[in-house]
Amino acid sequence: MSEAAGDFDDEDGSGTIKKFMFLNRKAPYGTVYALEGLEVVLITAAFDQDVSMVFMDDGVYQLVKGQNTKAIAMKNFSPTYRALDGYDIEKLYVERDSLEMRGLSEDDLLVPVEVLSSAEMQVLMSDQDVVIAF
Amino acid sequence: MAIEINGKTYDTDEEGYLTDLSQWDEDVAKVLAAEEKVEMTDNHWEVINFLREYYNEFQIAPAVRVLTKAIGKKLGPDKGNNKYLYELFPYGPAKQACKIGGLPKPTGCI
Amino acid sequence: MLHIVNKSPFENTALASCLRVASKGGDNALLLIEDGVYAITKNSDAGKAVQAVMGGIKVYALMPDVEARGMQDRVLEGISMVDYAGFVDLVIEHNNVQSWL
Repeated sequence: MSEAAGDFDDEDGSGTIKKFMFLNRKAPYGTVYALEGLEVVLITAAFDQDVSMVFMDDGVYQLVKGQNTKAIAMKNFSPTYRALDGYDIEKLYVERDSLEMRGLSEDDLLVPVEVLSSAEMQVLMSDQDVVIAF
Repeated sequence: MAIEINGKTYDTDEEGYLTDLSQWDEDVAKVLAAEEKVEMTDNHWEVINFLREYYNEFQIAPAVRVLTKAIGKKLGPDKGNNKYLYELFPYGPAKQACKIGGLPKPTGCI
Repeated sequence: MLHIVNKSPFENTALASCLRVASKGGDNALLLIEDGVYAITKNSDAGKAVQAVMGGIKVYALMPDVEARGMQDRVLEGISMVDYAGFVDLVIEHNNVQSWL
């Protein structure tokens, strides 16, 4: 990757913008990964980086419409994905195979996303400076 | 910790934020505001109500940058700027207004 | 016997192992809870595996966990939904219970 020479807009490098991908692969309530990952993304948004979020495998369940956690007494954090746009996080990607295996389609998701093939996902991942997985 | 007003008890955490959002009402908001040395005006209530609506919709308290932008969108640029919001809430609009509004500390507030 | 599975069928082999064993005969029931409920999604790979054994095994799912995950409108036909009280009834009705952790 040839990121070393470019991207600096001041001398000490504090203005460097890197490409961060947050890779979400866990279902929302069975473990704490999804919620923790979302909080990290929201905090990272304050640092003006180039952030994208990817939902693969069970991570696609995080975006399913119609979640209602009243009866399990846990916080329903699915509405927070709709706030990402206001945090200037507009690049949300979902892998098509992950949806299809789970009997889901783009219409089942609560935010607009770009659905990618595995090949397109490979290209997107290779293009990142940092990939952080949850 | 807890605050008591007219015989009603409101639980708070060690930083003074309400721990049960559903306990919030205008009485406790006024007491929390007084503790923050904020004198509530219509303009203050407007921001508090905006924050509570934002929380209801998205289940998070917004970072200050996000709050400023969202207020600008809804209430106009003369309110959606740092100067206006910091005049209302000198110790940080997100932090102070969230506390008075009975919301948790904003995500991304370090 | 009552089998309980609480893990997603897409990232854990608990459901596959449970179905492999329980489908070999005997009087078996399966209760899906927590992330295990994803297994009963219509048109999903796991849903097909569950459907294949439903003739011999009665399948239940814990409704609060289904609703939490937003899957209530995507459930296979023939699955019985139970609440927490129904969960307790199932445990009492069966003389032994196995949780496939």
